Amino acid sequence: MATTETFIGQPVLRKEDPELLTGHASYIDNWTMPGMLWMALARPPYVHATIDGIDTTEAASMPGVVGVYTATDFDLAPLPFVWPITEEIKVPVHYPLASDKVRFNGDAVAVVLAETREQALDAAEAVAVTATELPAVIDIEEAAKDEVIVHDDLGTNVVVHWSHGGGGDQSVFDSAPVIVQERYVQPRLIPNAIETRGCLAYGVPPVDEWTLVTATQIPHIAKVTLAGTTGIDEHKLRVIAPDVGGGFGSKLNVYAEEALALALARRLRRPVKWIEGRRENYVATTHGRGVLHDCTLAGTEDGTILGMKFVELADMGAYYQLLTPGIPELGGWVYMGPYDPKAYWFEFKGVVTNTTPTDAYRGAGRPEATYVIERLVDSFARRIGKDPADIRRMNLHPPHEDAQTSIMGLNVDSANYEPLLDKALGLVEYDKLRAEQRDRRERGDRTQLGIGLSTYIEMCGLAPSNILGALRYAAGGWDGATIECLPSGHVIVKTGTSPHGQSHETAWAQIVADGLGVSPDEITVLHGDTHSTPLGMDTYGSRSVAVGGVALHFAVEKIKAKARTIAAHELEVAEDDLEWADGAFRVKGAPDTAKTIPELAVSAWHAHALPAEVEPHLNATAVYDPPNFTWPAGAHVCVVEVDTETGATEIVRYVAVDDCGTIINPMIVEGQVHGGVAQGVAEALYEEAMYDESGNLTTSTMTQYLIPSATEIPAMTTDHSQETPSTTNPLGVKGIGEAGTIAAPPAVVNAVIDAVSHLGVTAIEKPASPERVWRAIQEAKGDGRAGASPGSEGGTS
Amino acid sequence: MIPAAFDYERVDTVDAAIAALRADEGAKLLAGGHSLLPQMKLRFVMPTKLIDIGRLHDLSYVHEDGGGVAIGALTRYHDLEASETLRQLAPIVASVAGQVGDPQVRHMGTIGGSVAHADPAGDMPSVLLALGATFVATGPGGMREIAAADMFPGLFQSALAGDEVLTEIRVPKTPGGWSYQKFTRRAQDWAVVGVAAVRMNGSANVSLTNMGLTPMRAAGVEEALAGGADPATAAERADEGTAPPSDSFGSDEYRRALAKVLVRRALEEALA
Amino acid sequence: MTHVSVTVNGAMREADVEPRTLLVYFLRETLGLTGTNAGCDTSSCGSCTVLLDGESVKSCTMLAAQADGRELTTIEGMAEGDQLHPLQESFRRNHGLQCGYCTPGMIMAAASYLKENPSPSEGDVRLALEGNLCRCTGYQNIVKSILDAAGSMAGAEA
Repeated sequence: MATTETFIGQPVLRKEDPELLTGHASYIDNWTMPGMLWMALARPPYVHATIDGIDTTEAASMPGVVGVYTATDFDLAPLPFVWPITEEIKVPVHYPLASDKVRFNGDAVAVVLAETREQALDAAEAVAVTATELPAVIDIEEAAKDEVIVHDDLGTNVVVHWSHGGGGDQSVFDSAPVIVQERYVQPRLIPNAIETRGCLAYGVPPVDEWTLVTATQIPHIAKVTLAGTTGIDEHKLRVIAPDVGGGFGSKLNVYAEEALALALARRLRRPVKWIEGRRENYVATTHGRGVLHDCTLAGTEDGTILGMKFVELADMGAYYQLLTPGIPELGGWVYMGPYDPKAYWFEFKGVVTNTTPTDAYRGAGRPEATYVIERLVDSFARRIGKDPADIRRMNLHPPHEDAQTSIMGLNVDSANYEPLLDKALGLVEYDKLRAEQRDRRERGDRTQLGIGLSTYIEMCGLAPSNILGALRYAAGGWDGATIECLPSGHVIVKTGTSPHGQSHETAWAQIVADGLGVSPDEITVLHGDTHSTPLGMDTYGSRSVAVGGVALHFAVEKIKAKARTIAAHELEVAEDDLEWADGAFRVKGAPDTAKTIPELAVSAWHAHALPAEVEPHLNATAVYDPPNFTWPAGAHVCVVEVDTETGATEIVRYVAVDDCGTIINPMIVEGQVHGGVAQGVAEALYEEAMYDESGNLTTSTMTQYLIPSATEIPAMTTDHSQETPSTTNPLGVKGIGEAGTIAAPPAVVNAVIDAVSHLGVTAIEKPASPERVWRAIQEAKGDGRAGASPGSEGGTS
Repeated sequence: MIPAAFDYERVDTVDAAIAALRADEGAKLLAGGHSLLPQMKLRFVMPTKLIDIGRLHDLSYVHEDGGGVAIGALTRYHDLEASETLRQLAPIVASVAGQVGDPQVRHMGTIGGSVAHADPAGDMPSVLLALGATFVATGPGGMREIAAADMFPGLFQSALAGDEVLTEIRVPKTPGGWSYQKFTRRAQDWAVVGVAAVRMNGSANVSLTNMGLTPMRAAGVEEALAGGADPATAAERADEGTAPPSDSFGSDEYRRALAKVLVRRALEEALA
Repeated sequence: MTHVSVTVNGAMREADVEPRTLLVYFLRETLGLTGTNAGCDTSSCGSCTVLLDGESVKSCTMLAAQADGRELTTIEGMAEGDQLHPLQESFRRNHGLQCGYCTPGMIMAAASYLKENPSPSEGDVRLALEGNLCRCTGYQNIVKSILDAAGSMAGAEA
């Protein structure tokens, strides 16, 4: 049905919901097949050890066991690693199963196939590994000393050094009137999609064709790379991402289990299924963050930021997964923040340790950068005794409607930051809060108030392929879209993005609906299957709308160009005499003489009377390679109450003002912000992967790794009334998937520090646990810092 | 994860449970299962057999009993929380029952299961200790009473013999002042430190959760109170005789400091 | 093996299973009711929440044998034909789900809670969800959905 309604900008309810709400989703663990075997992995209880022997005899003899395999039973290529960020980078070889050494708590050495889930798990436990334990290195600074080497063949743990280098006058870092130097530690985080990973491999053995259904964000990238690892011809491998229960970067990867399931299905000619346990997930699925920054801010006494310098040490884990060293590099383009420093420096070293590999985790490099920038700006404000809101305002980059090259070298598409800060301060009633804070401090209340700010930018829409090439990334950053207008009036959209909660079925339908004058109800969006939607680069890095969504726009334009030709032919007018208005091609001056897309789709399908040069069927494919990144921005304010006796923090107010360019669906945008902020709050106050002295993960289940619930996460006020269109793409969209996670951690931690800064506290690390806050207060008391004037606060130089 | 294999028997009487326990040394009783099954799923615990006593409905009750309240060992947290009798006569039990775990856990978990599990981080053992509860165990030789002070001899150890079933818990009427200060990172978590204070005989009984290998009375605090100390002064002795763990939730040092703050707050509330 | 006979969403179902079979896998694999999801090993996330005799329980922390003879409701039993349950409706209306994995557990936990407290405050709802984790929504729209459903359920009864 044609429609004249417009849908972009409307809170259209989700097309995804009915199945998800009624228990009829297609999550990987809901798949089963006749003759299916269950796979389980043996992960010996070592952190770092030389493997002396693997005895599979007992496991192989257990009920239901079909086979037990070790590395020597396979002829698999190493797992894919696609981002060798420098020419000199040292790359650890990473096979699906370890054979010489166990290098982290979770490294697998054998794989079991059995008739049932229980039998496979029982047998995996029975695989006996004899090993000689080696000292383990968990801490990145310790690892950088090379006293314990993780990969003997590399000779060092410091495997990569990437320097953005410096810009502007570097002398400010020595000679500026105010120099703030701080070190910030950002612990490892465990992504914790509520659905763990899992996959099912099956095939048509006589023709050697294989399908992998896998809980992934990247079916397209998985297909190309797994063909390489398994030796299956790329055209005989199909990868399907079914409904996926969250990713957050942890499913932006290609894992050993996927390669093993395919290889074993092919070997045994039976379907093979693997579902990750939660404890297994905590060691076998990538972690995020795990970085240490030494930071310098050069400024003036009146509050001007002259320069910012960051030297980072980043934990790679025991191996690289798909992108590992690329994550800190990705952050390496936003270290100016929304500010306008005239000098900068950024470099990092990547270090291997005896831990689970790190890789993308919501925000991927940009939260790490934003956290240190925003902590540093607050420290600067405290040092010179100024309000952190004022310092931010006076240093924000001036607005621009067109793209401008940032000091760090990339083009920022458009910017208008100050109104975002003003809006956030207004919504939170900043001045009133500061007054209440003063009152509480004067009264010496047990519960003190803290206000924390975070103004941020992010770099989204990954990515222009030429830039990726220059950065030595192995693939492109384009995405594809195919639109088919069926004679029934229905429209099929095939996207290369692969959603796992981001609502693409709905938002993409809105984009196409407006483009073609068809109701979203008449549009079906297909995704996540390399056979039916072969053109794509998947979903990560807030890229989907800014690349895949824009590809749709261009496919719509192609459809319309063809439809216009047919319409002109049928209406017997020149194409120039037609205009697109109210969802149809209308004759100028005679708007009731019109053709809608569904009508033209019928004409194109029966093809009885098409113009000579027009091919039958109304369909089009566009592949879009973005000319630039997109740069969302925003201002978040967090208000906390801190119990000064126990160190406990409660968030009492949270305001998020975000500008993500043109909004397709405000309901979805809000949802993305809520979820992102919650993850950022989790990072700021609760979550941290912790290890014991031997290197075993101690936060090994959800009872110790503290994912906050509805009781801990605050109600949030969101605002996205400012839509500064991106100049990168014709839709003006920028992306919103990671904004909350980027903005929230410094807003929260700054608020906690602010609540107790009058006691002399100047620094508290993430997560700002009650004990960390309590300790900071005790130490400040011990130092006699309480009551010191702002200008004399120590700890920052 | 999935538990290692075991045998299963559901029993209809306490005697049958005792007989089943005597028949298999590796057997364990299954009540609500919310302490036991998580341990079994992680294969930290691998009993040969589970004896399901979850249908001994006769052991689910709360009623006034002379000077106290008698609670059937298989009474669920949810039912304790909702019990008018407890709310009036021993409100700390009803209130704390509502703070254990989460609603789903409270729909399954039982007071007896929690006591038998003897987790030093469990709320209910600590509260029952402060109340000076009496525990009734039924074994092959009949029933015996165990005093609260004797009930928790060691880490995850109760005074129950291998062939005994905890059948009833008796608490004194304590409608007056009380407080339970539970300090958690998340609502669903075990207490980092918990403090139960119950006004009794003009003073207060005080016990500590997660401050050592067992739930324990804060002897120093009680002594100070008996000697006339005010709450703030008495609270300074909160960590006397404790041996708090150091784990991802907090260090020994922090827990000691927390205990002092929480004891003071508990006393201020209970004695107000 | 142990015999388990239960009423699930109004229908009698029975099977012989290993004693160690957890209720969540009994539902998912023995009975084919895959709407109930498993998310953790430790009774923490609540994805597997179902109703046992009308009350919320975590089906990953219960043996199928413990449910023998009792009545279960899963997410598949919430809608009546094409008519969604008010909670399902309100989750859709308020964007209370994104990836959807925690959603069945959230809805079952909420259904149980609203029976106990039909007109909760926002704080009540947040506390009632203490045993259910979501990684996508930040809970804001889940809480909103439940409050909205409470309103519409009360309205329907008035």
